[in-house]
Amino acid sequence: MIRLDALTKVFATGHGDVASVSGVTLEVPAGAMCVLLGPSGCGKTTTLRMINRLVTPTSGKVHIGGRDTDTVDPVELRRTIGYVIQQIGLFPNMTVAQNIGVVPKLLNWDAARTRKRAEELLSMLAMEPAEFMDRYPGELSGGQAQRVGVARALAADPPVLLMDEPFGAVDPVNREVIQDEFLRMQKSLRKTVLFVSHDIDEAVKMADCIAIFRAGRLEQFAPPDELLAKPANEFVASFVGRDRTLKRLRRIAVSEVVRPGGANSGPTVRASDDLRRVATLFLEHGVDTLTCVDEQGTPVGTVTRDAVAARLGER
Amino acid sequence: METIAFILHNLPAIGERTLEHISIVSVAVGIAIVTGVPIGIAITHSQRAADTVLYLGSIVMTIPSIALFGVLIPLLSKIHQGIGYLPAVIAAMLYAQLPIVRNTYTAIRNLDPALRSAAIGMGMSPTQRLWRVEIPIAMPVIIAGVRIAVVINIGVTAIAAYIGAGGLGTFISRGISQTDVRQLLTGALTLALLAIAADYALLWLQLRLAPKGMARA
Repeated sequence: MIRLDALTKVFATGHGDVASVSGVTLEVPAGAMCVLLGPSGCGKTTTLRMINRLVTPTSGKVHIGGRDTDTVDPVELRRTIGYVIQQIGLFPNMTVAQNIGVVPKLLNWDAARTRKRAEELLSMLAMEPAEFMDRYPGELSGGQAQRVGVARALAADPPVLLMDEPFGAVDPVNREVIQDEFLRMQKSLRKTVLFVSHDIDEAVKMADCIAIFRAGRLEQFAPPDELLAKPANEFVASFVGRDRTLKRLRRIAVSEVVRPGGANSGPTVRASDDLRRVATLFLEHGVDTLTCVDEQGTPVGTVTRDAVAARLGER
Repeated sequence: METIAFILHNLPAIGERTLEHISIVSVAVGIAIVTGVPIGIAITHSQRAADTVLYLGSIVMTIPSIALFGVLIPLLSKIHQGIGYLPAVIAAMLYAQLPIVRNTYTAIRNLDPALRSAAIGMGMSPTQRLWRVEIPIAMPVIIAGVRIAVVINIGVTAIAAYIGAGGLGTFISRGISQTDVRQLLTGALTLALLAIAADYALLWLQLRLAPKGMARA
């Protein structure tokens, strides 16, 4: 669990003091992924960097797992927090294996254990260890380098992961792929993740909760569905976009709107699909009712236009 | 022809002078590395210190070597070392500072800020950052500075023959005073060969010490 308590950062500039982050209070439950979202210069990156003390807060507290981070040596603290940055920052003088092994080495793991861990992480990220372990960062594509960046942050199995626009430098196609891989990993790893992004679609896709920032202030902190259904104010509404209802469809599963029984003909969906699939089929086939089937294709219920509308109107 | 005959006749003396020359240059550059690299790293923390140090280094470079020897004579006479080996080493060491300090400073300063961010964010202490990331990546540029220093010093040390430091400059100074073209050419040729050989040796070292996987600097 991460708790930010009235976290504030004031920078002294030539034109007086400027508050980059003012009084941000929020709590991310253990195992959840929280996206810090907002336009550039809104203080989201500064907030992130105060958590691992790359930036020293002017006032306020950061608690990780119930422990006040002021009481921990910053260097020790950072070894327990995974950190991924947009520029990746792989060390060009080290191989992929050595890059992944940086924190384990700082923690005095033995060489065999470090190497085994690097192999394990590469496999988890769909990279063939035998092929990539001994390559240098200069010999990797952007997407591969980004995966190694994530592997490096996870190397010592930290409970907390901070990611600063981690997939920002990757092309859109690869970004989707890496996001999906990361979500799949996160399902089993259950890290507490703070993730900075300026991309609402990425946030809706990845987040368990979204914190929207403007000019150093937290405007709204809510799960994606609630944020899209009930933006707290004009700014949030305009930031999430006028198509916010369409965006909501991605995060609602068919299982949430399926009713037992009913028709068992026409187009079918699965319980694990999201409502984008449902909306697409409604429009493509001009129908109001779909059959929900299980993995074997056996009908288990129906999805109606009314049920979808009711679910969207709930919040 | 006469020069070749002279060289063949005086091979042991040439060898001895070459060793003297190498001794002065390597001691001077050795001291300059031991002092200049830490100075170059230290001044990356303060723009003002960097400006001052690099400015002082540039001033030293503008002093003609013969004048520097002149200044050192009265100073070192106090410890009875006014001429000879010691002032030669000191002067050469001073000339070697700027290229080494400047290259070290530039290499560390130009390090990609993302690498520094990543290193700090992962929990490296300043010392670990320096030894594991900054110095290995800066190494080729630092060695390039050493190369420049060595080549400059081979030239400076030739002048040191005039203050009795020995070395290959001895052939040149005698060649001039005795209007002996053979000695003059012998000194000049050997010096040129020494400079070229040293430069290539250090280039080789520079490439060897470049971290694998990095574009060769």
